[in-house]
Amino acid sequence: MISLQHVSKRFGSDGAPAVADLSMEIEEGETVVLVGPSGCGKTTTMKMINRLIEPTSGSIVVNGTDVLRQDPVQLRRGIGYVIQSIGLLPHRTIAENMATVPRLVGWDDARIHKRVEELTAILELDQELLHRYPGELSGGQRQRVGVARALAVDPPVMLMDEPFGAVDPIVRGRLQEQFLDIQERLKKTVVFVTHDIDEAIKIADRIAILNKGGVIEQYAPPEEILRDPANDFVERFVGSERGLKRLALIKVSEIEVEEGPVVGPSASVEEAIRTIEKHDLGWASVVEDGELLGWVDGAVLEGRREVGEATPRRFSAYVTADSSLRQALDSIVTSRTQVAVVVSEGQRYLGILTLERISREIVS
Amino acid sequence: MDFALDTFRWLTDPTNHSGPNGIPVRLWEHVQVSFLALFLATLLALPIGLLIGHTGRGEFFAVSVANIGRALPSFGILGIVFPLTLGVLPGFGYYPTLIALFLLAIPPILTNAYVGVQNVDRETVEAARGMGMSGRQVLAKLEVPLAAPLIVAGLRTSAVAVVATATLGAVAAGPGLGRFIIDGFVTRNLAKAAGGAVLVAVLAILTELAFGLLERSLTPRTSSQGRRRTPRAGGIATPETA
Repeated sequence: MISLQHVSKRFGSDGAPAVADLSMEIEEGETVVLVGPSGCGKTTTMKMINRLIEPTSGSIVVNGTDVLRQDPVQLRRGIGYVIQSIGLLPHRTIAENMATVPRLVGWDDARIHKRVEELTAILELDQELLHRYPGELSGGQRQRVGVARALAVDPPVMLMDEPFGAVDPIVRGRLQEQFLDIQERLKKTVVFVTHDIDEAIKIADRIAILNKGGVIEQYAPPEEILRDPANDFVERFVGSERGLKRLALIKVSEIEVEEGPVVGPSASVEEAIRTIEKHDLGWASVVEDGELLGWVDGAVLEGRREVGEATPRRFSAYVTADSSLRQALDSIVTSRTQVAVVVSEGQRYLGILTLERISREIVS
Repeated sequence: MDFALDTFRWLTDPTNHSGPNGIPVRLWEHVQVSFLALFLATLLALPIGLLIGHTGRGEFFAVSVANIGRALPSFGILGIVFPLTLGVLPGFGYYPTLIALFLLAIPPILTNAYVGVQNVDRETVEAARGMGMSGRQVLAKLEVPLAAPLIVAGLRTSAVAVVATATLGAVAAGPGLGRFIIDGFVTRNLAKAAGGAVLVAVLAILTELAFGLLERSLTPRTSSQGRRRTPRAGGIATPETA
């Protein structure tokens, strides 16, 4: 979808190049994050794609067309562009701002109106904001308007330059979640620049870690970069807690869970005690027709004949198949039982995860 | 008190309200030469100022013009231009006055246009370019609307200075209300001189007010409620007075 071949950029005639001989391929529908320390040429690389910066040499092909042979103004209208400072037009309302590119390419009012409505829904913006001015919105709201504006003519490619860098961590987290949601549905080809490796890990399909002069140190999926950093630079850049960061990327559904101690309501107390002792956790899950009812231990079963006569205790926390292993780990270390219970929708019992099982995943 | 009364009498004396040296004729001359000078200066300086602000090239030129323009006394320009045009252009004092006022009007218009455009947030401009606005569209849809208050402030500064300075034209036998002041002094008719001065002052104040209103009306809305934000102060350009 986007192909950069031997691209270089030198500002002025002397000095080191900002980007030297960079080549990379970006597939259709994937989110590629360019990450690296300041001065690594990540923003320069991105801006060469829509020719806000002209490459000194090399070729850039977007969607089969050499961008250097295209009229830059036409080129940019077909590529979504979001920057950290957003740059909404301060003297235009939010609706007018969203309509910027559609107006440039000559859509009629009815079509623009419809599209603004759609974008408002996609970005979950309040209808009321449409008639306000950018100065009257919060940072997070402005950022979503910036994304809506970039999506307006539904461009296949989006360039995003630290789009969530200027908002507080809580809002940033929410914007990242929303970005992932939208990207899941729209499947844009996204080039995303950030200096925040955690953001990169969270949203990227592939991460390109850049060093000074636009040298790509590693270009791989986040999981691979965390598991197998290509060199010292990448390892240092990724930072400590590589194991934990990797766990955040693996879903519970991707690994095999253990069955754990399970008894039915019709089981005899003797049978239940045997199950509890066998697993050595001090309790057993009560499952009826696949549905998790709770847990029982020796004390709860005291003086009963069948498990069903006792009222199972509720688990204080579960993880689901969609949870990350990091969340599962959190559940393990904060629960008294040192185990995470895994359920699917409708409280269907799937099994348990232990610390041992999760650490096996990191080591492997 | 007598003097003020004399001045009032002169202003209201019907014999001063007609004829080739009457107040209406001189007032019209004054307005005409001021307007033309301002118009021509705008025609030249505004596009250049916008272009310098938009491209970021030629800033040195803009600053130089502004400084030289402010250093040159209008009276001096008149003194230089008058002998040069004598016999070349018709109308004795008219063209020297026009040229002096034209030169006087250029710097505030040029610098305010340039500073106004340059002050527009560069990130917003970059976002606009990144979305596919051409240079001309960036100028028309973004830079000029946002710079409008400053541009008009420059015009206001120039206009007031021109109206006040047009008085000098009379020294070179030029048009305008200055005639009354000069003639008044020469013939020791101080009421006439003061009357002319009052007329110039009133005209300058009206000019100031008119451009103030224009400035307000051209300040873009950036809020969905309440009034328009008050325009920023003129910055570089400070009103010159004769």
